[in-house]
Amino acid sequence: MAGSHFTGHNPDLAHHFENLDQQRQSSRLGMWLFLVTEILFFGGLFCAYVVYRVNHPEVFIFGHHFLDKSLGALNTVVLICSSLTMAWAVRAAQLKQRAILQLMLVLSFVLAGTFLGVKYVEYSHKWHHGLLWASRYAPDAHILAEAGVEVAEAHGEEAVSESIEGVPGDEIGLAVEALPVDEVLPETLLENAADSEISKIAPAAVGPAGLVTPEARAAAEAERNAVIVNPANAKTFFSVYFLMTGLHGIHVILGMIAMLWLLKLTRQGVFDGGHYTKVDNIALYWHVVDLIWIYLFLLMYLID
Amino acid sequence: MAEGHSAVVTPMSGGASGENYLTTGKGPLSWLFTLDHKRISVMYMVCILGSFLLGGVFALLIRTELWAPGATIMTADTYNKMFTLHGAVMIFLFIIPGIPAALGNFVLPLMLGAKDVALPRLNLLSFWCWLAGATVCLVSIVVGAVDTGWTFYTPYSTTTSTAVVSMTLGAFILGFSSIFTGLNFIVTIHTMRPEGMTWFKMPLFLWSLYSTAIIQVLATPVLGITLLLLIAERTLGVGIFDPALGGDPVLYQHFFWFYSHPAVYIMILPAMGIISELVSVFSGKHIFGYKFIAWSSIAIAVFSFLVWGHHMFTSGQSGLVNMIFSALTFSVAIPSAVKVFNWLATMYKGAINLAAPMLYVLSFLFLFAIGGLTGLFLGSLSVNIHLHDTYFVVAHFHYVMFGGTVIAFLGGIHYWWPKMFGRMYSEFWARISAALIFVGFNLTFFTQFVMGSHGMPRRYYNYLEVFKPYHQASTVGSYILGVAFMIMAYYLLHSLVRGEKAPENPWGGATLEWATASPPIATNFEHEMVGLDPYDIDSLKFDRQTGNYVRKDPGSIFLKPIGDE
Repeated sequence: MAGSHFTGHNPDLAHHFENLDQQRQSSRLGMWLFLVTEILFFGGLFCAYVVYRVNHPEVFIFGHHFLDKSLGALNTVVLICSSLTMAWAVRAAQLKQRAILQLMLVLSFVLAGTFLGVKYVEYSHKWHHGLLWASRYAPDAHILAEAGVEVAEAHGEEAVSESIEGVPGDEIGLAVEALPVDEVLPETLLENAADSEISKIAPAAVGPAGLVTPEARAAAEAERNAVIVNPANAKTFFSVYFLMTGLHGIHVILGMIAMLWLLKLTRQGVFDGGHYTKVDNIALYWHVVDLIWIYLFLLMYLID
Repeated sequence: MAEGHSAVVTPMSGGASGENYLTTGKGPLSWLFTLDHKRISVMYMVCILGSFLLGGVFALLIRTELWAPGATIMTADTYNKMFTLHGAVMIFLFIIPGIPAALGNFVLPLMLGAKDVALPRLNLLSFWCWLAGATVCLVSIVVGAVDTGWTFYTPYSTTTSTAVVSMTLGAFILGFSSIFTGLNFIVTIHTMRPEGMTWFKMPLFLWSLYSTAIIQVLATPVLGITLLLLIAERTLGVGIFDPALGGDPVLYQHFFWFYSHPAVYIMILPAMGIISELVSVFSGKHIFGYKFIAWSSIAIAVFSFLVWGHHMFTSGQSGLVNMIFSALTFSVAIPSAVKVFNWLATMYKGAINLAAPMLYVLSFLFLFAIGGLTGLFLGSLSVNIHLHDTYFVVAHFHYVMFGGTVIAFLGGIHYWWPKMFGRMYSEFWARISAALIFVGFNLTFFTQFVMGSHGMPRRYYNYLEVFKPYHQASTVGSYILGVAFMIMAYYLLHSLVRGEKAPENPWGGATLEWATASPPIATNFEHEMVGLDPYDIDSLKFDRQTGNYVRKDPGSIFLKPIGDE
């Protein structure tokens, strides 16, 4: 199909453009607009995250203890390095340095692969311990203890049964209750539990002031004042975690496919003439993928 | 289909070789893998009109069911699916891609004097996305359909047993089709304008497509993620929208309308662009207030993002938020009215030619005015409480979307038909059909305004005896519409085979698409074009012998033959 459409004396110039400059501007503008849609796409997800976190901060404070900060940090470093090598690749394409361009693309690909490898380690760890999205969430007691999850009785209240109202008990707190009381979390976390691990806002389902019945309001007040350690909807944290990092992971895979494609073109000598637009565009995409990860790292791993 | 060059070959028509885009390349694969914007546009047109037929059949079934209270021809469950499918098919498959992808794709590069859109491969990808999305939606209809209403409100959509996942997945894929079209149009308009065509010498249709494209690019990704979250909600049990898991169902409504309110401007803005073209050509006058019309398109695009909350006046937003959204909703009326007044001023003292496209313009002005003004009723907080979720809303929406967008789309099809296929349709039957559509439409939907203000709720299967006359009048109106569309299908298809060959410029338009052959050659033009004033109708004169409008100064719009270095 390309044969009939892209003819002319200059093989780099598509037939419907007047000159290379116009062609370059078009694909560059197209890429930027595409990246805008990517930002808005993830923006919706971040927005959902913010709303849920504002309504239920305890879920996020609880959940983030199960994420491995050092692996997350390692992945952040890996992705930043890959951004550097991609930027270097663009420079090499501009300077028509085929060997360096090739090396940088390979390095970027390897770094992206490393990222996915680390992600695999993290995912399989969670899979192993049942820390999965809501419909498959079934954490084992061992992992809860390891993270230092508080047992409700430590506060002398019937918090667990209150807080998990409406949720099948075997999914949430029962395994925790079996833990010895003194093997629990550090002092600071306990203090936090008293104030910050509690919803600041009435549950969304209750409805805003004016439509709520007095009984429902009283119930909401009671729930707000209850001390919640292993929050009722902890599983939502893992749903959100897998959704966000999973979508990001798909973008990483797409980026790796694009890198392979660039590598193939490089070996064919397509960039020897200094027409680096394709490299530039993929690099821009890669930087956005990198940027989104940095936000994910901050929002999921570094909650305290 | 139209073969060979047009009967009227003027020195500049470029039809001498006998080839045009319809005959260059043969066989289905030459269509399915084409990068030619004109062929993509024709494929889009066929598919979109097919969807319109499907959605129309659903509509007629709904209206037939409502002929009498209680069960008439279907069960309540089937009825719920019918109105959902009518909405989903009409919105996602027909009206959102309708004007930009079918007509815009054809006309935009031609109006720019360009050979193609800037990103032809992306254009084809957009069409393939449409096909894939439409296929998934159809599968969803076959395996059980959806009964949530086209808005997929949670928590019902997360608990119903119908095929919500496949339907929303289809809409998700269709979103990419829309994004790619919009992205392509923005890039094309930025980079492919010909010499002399500054931003304010662009035809107004391009301004409207540009504004539409901005909305497509900025709003559609949010719908994408919303539908994805809805799918995740159903498959993974995520609790973002589920109150039982601490989620917020109204958040879904916010997300949904953050896209879907701008989306109604994705539907109406290109329609306004078509009207701007047609009203000038068929009044034989320069458009009045060019810059106001151009800027009002941009203003509507900006405002469109700030009014979504007016869909949630009764869902428990704070009074302050309601007030702000209400005020912003009123302000959309300003740029809309700016357009209408400028169109009226264009017609004033013009030599009005009541050809079929102009009949659609007049219908549009009348129906859109009603649709727009009833929008103000719904934007007022107190009145909204009374009219919320009644047939009044249904009637308002159809007056804007059908009376506005579909009518303008039909006007555009009749206007550009000779250019697309090189044939003229029967003017007599076109006028009959336009008149029937106007009558049938008003009979169908004006009664719904009355019913709604008397309290008939929307989406109800059953109703009180007192509403029966209104429902029956509405149903009769919908049958008249059905007949009118059958007439239209007949004379348009007939014209492809038997129609008179169209001249280059049958209507006297001064935009560049009329300066090439009908139908155009595969690369559109044989000359590099110059962008002159697109509404300088006086630069043309009618050639009685050929039935064609020709430039008084034929050389004025050509720079040099293409390929001449």
